[in-house]
Amino acid sequence: MKNRKYLLPVAATGILALSLTACSPGGGGGGTTGSDCSPYESYGKHDGKTVSVYSTIVDIEATNLETAWATFEECTGATIKYEGSKEFETQIGVRAKAGNAPDVAIFPQPGLLADQAKAGGLKPAPKAVSDLVDKNWSADWKKYGTVDGTFYAAPMLANVKGYVWYAPKTFKDKGWEVPKTWDEMLTLSKKIADDGTMKPWCAGFESGEATGWPGTDWVEDVVLRAQGPEVYDQWVTHGIPFNDPKIVDALNQTGEILLNSDYVNGGFGDVRSILTTGFAQAGQPVLDGQCAMHHQANFQAANWPEGTAVAPDGDVWAFMTPPIDPSKGQAITGGGEMVGAYKDTPEAQAFLAYLASAEFANNRVKLGGVISANKGLDPASAQTELDKQSIALLQDPDTVFRFDGSDLMPGAVGSNSFWKGIVAWINGTPAQQVADSIEGSWPKS
Amino acid sequence: MEFLGGKFLQVFIALAVFAALIGLIMLIVDRAPKSVKDKLTIVGFLAPAAILMLVGLVYPAVQTSFLAFTNASGQPNGVDNFVWMFTQPEALATLRNTVIWTVLVPLLSTVFGLAYAVFIDKARGENALKALVFMPVGISMVGAGIIWKLVYDYRGPGIEQTGVVNAVRVALGMDPKQFLLDAPENTIFLIIVMVWIQTGFAMVILSAAIKGVPVELVEAARLDGANPWQQFRNVTVPGIRGALVVVLTTITIATLKVFDIVRTMTAGNYDTSVIANEMYTQAFRAGEPGRGAALALVLFLLVLPIVVYNARVLRQQREIR
Repeated sequence: MKNRKYLLPVAATGILALSLTACSPGGGGGGTTGSDCSPYESYGKHDGKTVSVYSTIVDIEATNLETAWATFEECTGATIKYEGSKEFETQIGVRAKAGNAPDVAIFPQPGLLADQAKAGGLKPAPKAVSDLVDKNWSADWKKYGTVDGTFYAAPMLANVKGYVWYAPKTFKDKGWEVPKTWDEMLTLSKKIADDGTMKPWCAGFESGEATGWPGTDWVEDVVLRAQGPEVYDQWVTHGIPFNDPKIVDALNQTGEILLNSDYVNGGFGDVRSILTTGFAQAGQPVLDGQCAMHHQANFQAANWPEGTAVAPDGDVWAFMTPPIDPSKGQAITGGGEMVGAYKDTPEAQAFLAYLASAEFANNRVKLGGVISANKGLDPASAQTELDKQSIALLQDPDTVFRFDGSDLMPGAVGSNSFWKGIVAWINGTPAQQVADSIEGSWPKS
Repeated sequence: MEFLGGKFLQVFIALAVFAALIGLIMLIVDRAPKSVKDKLTIVGFLAPAAILMLVGLVYPAVQTSFLAFTNASGQPNGVDNFVWMFTQPEALATLRNTVIWTVLVPLLSTVFGLAYAVFIDKARGENALKALVFMPVGISMVGAGIIWKLVYDYRGPGIEQTGVVNAVRVALGMDPKQFLLDAPENTIFLIIVMVWIQTGFAMVILSAAIKGVPVELVEAARLDGANPWQQFRNVTVPGIRGALVVVLTTITIATLKVFDIVRTMTAGNYDTSVIANEMYTQAFRAGEPGRGAALALVLFLLVLPIVVYNARVLRQQREIR
């Protein structure tokens, strides 16, 4: 049979054609249920339009996010195509360069946003979004979405760092008071150490290749509280060098707790055991009565074993790391996401405006697990006592808020040499030498 | 489910495209006029592989070489990245560690593997004894890293130990020790993990080679009055020289590229980083692709002579036969 040799190519082409047909998208059914669409009228109608969204948020958090904007989709007719990836930080730059950028990107770090804005491709935020942010967020927050004077990205959700976790029952039994100032906290630490039943602090900085990051949070908290927001801003933007005496002082001040073997590391061993203790397990001795206090962000709430009551009268509760100079008021560090757009289509702009709105903040916070610094957020939307306390702190007009410093620094420092510096410092390298070495790694531009 | 279906579809399409392309090439080659048929056949069948090599290997290699001379924003910066590599204390420690790794791992693995292979040769239960040592070869490096991280785990004195080694130390009345925190011996503790994995590989290859040494030679040596050491030194070792070279070079190359163990166990902290780990850290975490590329280039230059040597020895062996 002479025709045999045609068979393979013909068959293959046929298969290809078939599979390509199968590939074409089917019609999506957009059902309308009886949601109240009146708050969404201002976003317009975008029937049949799609907005692609890309971010680091995955799993249950991603599902909650999609639930939070489902009503928006329903009322405006637009479809939100969401994609979450843990590789976002490296992939977003690659995709933007390759001309395959998403319509909307949710940036977990202002530094990354700034890189993308400088590389071009990011669209400045529309006026409607800018006005919303002026209305709903503090100027501090707007600054983190602004690059070289142009406002690009509205903030979305937030987390609050610098909580000190403790067991209310232990404090009550021992007659210890929640400290109101840094000095009181040191006095309390000494008292607990002298008491001898447990060490005052437990800490764990082990986090795989990111080992050291919980320590950067400690140092950021101290720099902000001891030196004030102006110095903090200079520090993260390299207005002052990393080995400036003010920063070395802050390191040493942090070391009064972290490098003191009388104060750490309850339940695990000596100072250096901080480095080999996983950050998620480090708080456990608070529950076991082997350590009194543990410094970690609000998301520590999820690290306690299931069934642990997180409440002022529960198994564990948290107070904010107190001010060092009480006359300057409370200053807190935290993190959050910034929403920027690579397209300026009407549907993308409407979506940006929605994410910056109070409706979205309430919709999302009601689902639990996160908070937002949006002033339009109703504290009643919070699902836990801790979320309520965090929202109150964020919304308080007297609170000075600063973004997690290591997220603002260039990657070579913020997600490399600063972590490594903390590790070396806990392992015995003097603060000055650590600061010098981090300064040496700051990229020269 | 939908997601899985989509993936299957993608795989299916890729296979179909591949089959269609091959079919097309075969068709063209077959239909070609007699005069160019031979050349066309050669080109037609070499081209797909050659193109894939060019796109997947040569192009990235060239690109990386150029990248090695640029800074974080992609501007050319001359040899700055190499200056950094050979002056920063951290980067120097990385180079030093890589040297320690490449000297110790192949040497220890081969010595242990060879000794074990010789001692259990023709012993009772040889296969079971072999399987025991060969098992770590089947464990992924990340898995081995996690296992050994737990083995070295530390708790303070007076607290119940969770790591095996420290539990033994405490039981013997010694203080627990932080194995991974103190340079330079922590590098040795990491090297033990790699030796643990590679000894099995060396043992299996060398054991097979020993069985290939002609029995007449061994018997002749014995009749001539050679003691066991002399038999080993003058008959066995020369007889398995080819296998020894292959084992040594293969382990050396694997060691030069070691990354998973270091990243899993210390993430390159405490002065334990090696070139491959530092390359990844610089390129993908610190946002310094130039430095990462420079390290990759140095790594490539270090591996190259070993590959060449390996290929030459293999060719000589073939010529002898």
